[in-house]
Amino acid sequence: MEKLKYALYTGCTARESTPELLKSTLAIADKLGIELVLLDEATCCGASHLQDYDDFLSLVLNARNICYAEKLGLTMVTICNTCQLNTAMTKHRLDTNPELKARVNAKLAEVGLEYKGSSEVTHFLYALIQDYGLENLAAKVQVPLSQFNIAPFYGCHNIRPSELQNLSNGGENPYNPTSLDDLIIACGGVNVDYEEKNKCCGFHAELQAPKTAAVLTGNAIAGAMDANADWMVTPCPLCHLKLDVQHHNASKAIGRDVKLPVLHMPQMVGLALGCTPAELGLGHHVTKVDFV
Amino acid sequence: MDTLQTQQVTFKVFRFNEETDYLPYYNTYTLDVTHEEVVLDILNRIKWDHDGSLSYRRSCRHGICGVCAIKVSGKAVLACKTRLFDMIDVFGNELVIEPLSTKRAIKDLIIDKKDFWDKHAAIKPYVEADIAEHPAQENLVSPHDAEKLLEADYCIQCGACHYSCPSLEINEQYFGPAAFAAAYRFAADVRDNASVERLNIVNEEAQGVWDCVKCMECAQVCPKEVNPIEKITKLHNMIFEAGVAKNNVATRHAVGFAHSIDKHGLLDEGELVRYSEGNIGVMKHLPEAIAMWKNGKIVMPWNMPKSKNLDEVKKLIKSSSTVKF
Repeated sequence: MEKLKYALYTGCTARESTPELLKSTLAIADKLGIELVLLDEATCCGASHLQDYDDFLSLVLNARNICYAEKLGLTMVTICNTCQLNTAMTKHRLDTNPELKARVNAKLAEVGLEYKGSSEVTHFLYALIQDYGLENLAAKVQVPLSQFNIAPFYGCHNIRPSELQNLSNGGENPYNPTSLDDLIIACGGVNVDYEEKNKCCGFHAELQAPKTAAVLTGNAIAGAMDANADWMVTPCPLCHLKLDVQHHNASKAIGRDVKLPVLHMPQMVGLALGCTPAELGLGHHVTKVDFV
Repeated sequence: MDTLQTQQVTFKVFRFNEETDYLPYYNTYTLDVTHEEVVLDILNRIKWDHDGSLSYRRSCRHGICGVCAIKVSGKAVLACKTRLFDMIDVFGNELVIEPLSTKRAIKDLIIDKKDFWDKHAAIKPYVEADIAEHPAQENLVSPHDAEKLLEADYCIQCGACHYSCPSLEINEQYFGPAAFAAAYRFAADVRDNASVERLNIVNEEAQGVWDCVKCMECAQVCPKEVNPIEKITKLHNMIFEAGVAKNNVATRHAVGFAHSIDKHGLLDEGELVRYSEGNIGVMKHLPEAIAMWKNGKIVMPWNMPKSKNLDEVKKLIKSSSTVKF
């Protein structure tokens, strides 16, 4: 197989509140022989809030991020669902609207950049599945996760709206997504089905609507617990922050104690590939990963 | 002629009569369905061939009246527009047929949509304009101005997005995506004089646009491709552009991103929470902050990472910003 090489857009969370996500991403890329070039020039994507304030500024900044992947001639991979949504949405809007693209490029020209539309944008989850291949991944598994019931938590911004996401996620159906389930199976684990797996964690309303956010988080963890999951796994660090850090508020909001360890998608893959807990940053979790 | 393809499907149908039942229950029917049939055909067959008491709304059968919206295995659909085979592709050969909102059921698949209509009425879903009683000429809207409505005009008020919105499910004050799409439709109308008044209504805490969790389900589920969350974003923008944004946690949360990116390129997560909540409000996040700090999840201000070529970012923020707060 030809060596896979991507431009990695880490997003902010992986460099601040979820350092274990960046650590584990780099660890499994190393194990699988995937080359990731860090886009250190990239800024925050605006996390779907900057565009509420200033939509044009959000477009310019996201286009600038993509420019740096284009300069490398590489596909951009994201490791945060919200980065994926904002970047893919920017790309889609610019690629389908020449007038808007020209307006954005007029601004980018001031700093010597040009958005061309030549780089694809995809989440690392889908790069692993579509480019590396689940069979190839399964062949590399050293420690099958066969003793675990694992609840996939997809995160909204990788699956909806499908009109946009299907450009990169292999046609995943948001009402019955399967990619993360397939990945769990490839890692030797048992995938758990539950109603909340494709629902919202509430992250984006955390500050302005804390009760709504807490109930959604609580429902998600409760759903996984009721389906007899040992732990959860998610491709999104924002979902992870809600599920890992906010379980006490979630418990209060739904009137039931809910708590489960939650792994980032690359941490789960890393465990199966035989990475050590330290290599995967498992010590950073607030809800302790007590099963390794 | 195409040959008729058939598949056997088990339908689990929600039953409830507000007047006689204490709890809802489900009836199960196993039927052979053809590739030509839509969900409404099955409801009709169950009613006509198996149980005449099954109640549901139906009218135009052309995806335009919006009354037949129900949920199939959790997905809100127009029964008259949704092919069974498409549902089988997604959910398999056991399908659950439920009303849009089980807690609002009156009789089987018929719900009380009062909350939907109340919220629709609350955003003033009409043009308010000073037009002469006997105008001498037509009040024309140019194609360019009409385009600004985007697809908001296509809404058929079926309630698919409204009863799929997780924020509304928890906070019943929240207006929801359909009402916001309607609010945008009239706020964006060049003939309308009530724009600011309408923006103030959707700017209120709890009921307004700020409680959107950004799950994108409204955009996904809409059978008419209205894309309500796009209109919610537009309303956010209009609130800032019209200068009616209040200085509160929700608005500062959006604005704080611009400040942080200007300073670091990346988002300063801790500072965003402090800026949004204020110096006193931020204290309620202390338990989480301490737990995160203990586990190496908090970057101290002096260690805050910065994007490379930050001067570019600063320059672009200066030249590309379109609003002020």
